[in-house]
Amino acid sequence: MKQKLDFIINSNDALNKQIFLLKVSPKNGAPLPDMYPGQFVHLLVHDSSSIFLRRPLSINYFDKEKNEIWLLLLSAGGGTKRISEMKAGESINLIFPLGNSFSLPKPRQKILLIGGGVGTAPLLFLGKRLLSEGFEPEFLLGGRTAIDISQLEHFERTGKVYTTTEDGSLGEKGLITHHPVLEETKFDKIYTCGPRPMMVAIAKYAAHNEIDCEVSLENHMPCGFGACLCCVEKTKRGNICVCTEGPVFNIKELKWID
Amino acid sequence: MDRLKVNIGKLELRNPVMTASGTFGYGDEFTDFIDLSRLGGIFVKGTTLEPRQGNDYPRMAETASGMLNSVGLQNKGVDYFLSDIYPRIKEYDTHMIVNVNGSTLEDYVACTEALADLDKIPAIELNISCPNVKEGGMIFGISCTSAANLVKAVRKVYDKTLIVKLSPNVTDIAEIALAVEAEGADSVSLVNTFLGMAIDAEKRKPKLSTVTGGLSGPCIKPIALRMVWQVYKAVKIPIIGMGGISNWKDAIEFILAGSQAIQVGTYNFINPTVSVEIVDGILEYMDRHNIDSINDLVGKLDY
Ligand SMILES: Cc1cc2nc3c(=O)[nH]c(=O)nc-3n(C[C@H](O)[C@H](O)[C@H](O)COP(=O)(O)OP(=O)(O)OC[C@H]3O[C@@H](n4cnc5c(N)ncnc54)[C@H](O)[C@@H]3O)c2cc1C
Ligand SMILES: Cc1cc2nc3c(=O)[nH]c(=O)nc-3n(C[C@H](O)[C@H](O)[C@H](O)COP(=O)(O)O)c2cc1C
Ligand code: FES
Repeated sequence: MKQKLDFIINSNDALNKQIFLLKVSPKNGAPLPDMYPGQFVHLLVHDSSSIFLRRPLSINYFDKEKNEIWLLLLSAGGGTKRISEMKAGESINLIFPLGNSFSLPKPRQKILLIGGGVGTAPLLFLGKRLLSEGFEPEFLLGGRTAIDISQLEHFERTGKVYTTTEDGSLGEKGLITHHPVLEETKFDKIYTCGPRPMMVAIAKYAAHNEIDCEVSLENHMPCGFGACLCCVEKTKRGNICVCTEGPVFNIKELKWID
Repeated sequence: MDRLKVNIGKLELRNPVMTASGTFGYGDEFTDFIDLSRLGGIFVKGTTLEPRQGNDYPRMAETASGMLNSVGLQNKGVDYFLSDIYPRIKEYDTHMIVNVNGSTLEDYVACTEALADLDKIPAIELNISCPNVKEGGMIFGISCTSAANLVKAVRKVYDKTLIVKLSPNVTDIAEIALAVEAEGADSVSLVNTFLGMAIDAEKRKPKLSTVTGGLSGPCIKPIALRMVWQVYKAVKIPIIGMGGISNWKDAIEFILAGSQAIQVGTYNFINPTVSVEIVDGILEYMDRHNIDSINDLVGKLDY
């Protein structure tokens, strides 16, 4: 069930100049409901006429014991910048949990999670869930430069990690889609989130190699819960809402390949 | 709670707070947030005779205190509404009103006929003001003759409450209101969105796939309020006012300007519980001002 609830910011740490990790808990202390990797929250940015709509952010991790949601935030424009400036102790209103979630792989499938930039956000939660379900997730993380790759230590604790940077400051130099692991290893399932051109390239690679592949889309979302029909993606079933039927799609449903 | 009762044509509403077409889905989207039976009514998504895919993404651009949309009436058509949606929404304990659209006069009439016999659809809202479709929509709403002809044709096949939704993209909105009143409309609702556009300066491209779209949200409120006031002074039929309502105070302002009832649109996206908060706020206001019936406030602007 979706809810609208005030949260308190427990901490807000700058991971680099532009990326922030916010940890938030319900102000009223109510226990959080079950949430699944791929789902997102819709966050209200206070007191601003230029930032009128809520901003969607993936659930980066759900710490059930601490009753805490983690949000990994890239300061990309006015709204995210404002959120990045919020301090521990301040409160923030969320609508959550929204959207569908990544599906679980089949038993013993070899799986790779590919994240570009802040697109790694939902993959930490997914990786931890996969690990707890007995899978052995591997990660391929990329960015322009080393500091774009966030939460490396958390990913390393969750599975094997491959990295690429465009300037070669960490891991392989070049684009994420050119990492040798994609040539050397035959994966059965790929999950990916990141800039759209990257996801399209990965979807093409997966389709070409007959690998099952799920992507998480970031279409602009006024409402986040199916009321406005603005967030649509063209699929084989026509225009459908990314906020309710996504954000996670199997590439077979999309019209990216042909 | 009779203090909040209002009438629109043959409809008796438990309170004057309703939700605007295209901003409230079919109501289902909001059941996690609010008790729908606390609303006066729900205007469901724009419905057409045939299914429509709507316009291409991007269909939305955020603006200062508002947004532009060019959804373009995406819906699965009236047959799907009858078979798959109506059976579900007819259980809701509030008035469910369908927003009827078309490309031609015949489309509007056929779509209306398909809805006319449904027990739990006590009214329709004829949308002659959608700025986001190439054919029909606003074309009907910007001239007195075409608006009058359309209402006349629909009135012939529809006995229940007929609400006509007016476009603000005209020079004289009162004139259009008078024209549809003369053809037997039971009520007018206003306003629909204002035609606008947004440009990405860096890319030198329009932000909407359709270049232009409809502006809604708090930024349009002063203009919408002025239009309600102008129409109130011109017509005798009840007015359903809307345009940027985001709290109870806005709602009271629309009522004072002459609205018998109001609709909340875009703000449902920001605050999905805003509609019931408005109902509570209106009651508190009435208590504070010793007002027995909301009807005593309609058009009671002191000037
Ligand atoms: C389901 C979903 C999950 C997301 N998860 C995360 C996350 O975990 N962490 C994170 O940092 N960001 C995430 N995003 C993207 C984030 O919502 C946008 O960056 C944010 O809305 C931009 O708002 P702004 O006011 O800062 O920027 P604006 O000033 O509105 O825009 C700045 C730039 O970002 C682009 N932009 C605006 N809105 C979006 C959007 N919804 N998606 C993509 N680009 C956008 C604009 O076109 C512009 O180029 C997610 C988006 C979606 C839809
Ligand atoms: C995303 C969106 C979709 C809309 N779809 C419709 C529609 O299908 N039919 C209609 O008559 N009005 C439609 N409208 C207009 C609203 O019902 C309302 O008239 C307008 O948004 C002004 O009110 P507001 O400022 O409170 O949103 C739509 C508005 C928005 C924002
Ligand atoms: S964001 Fe409104 S329907 Fe998806």
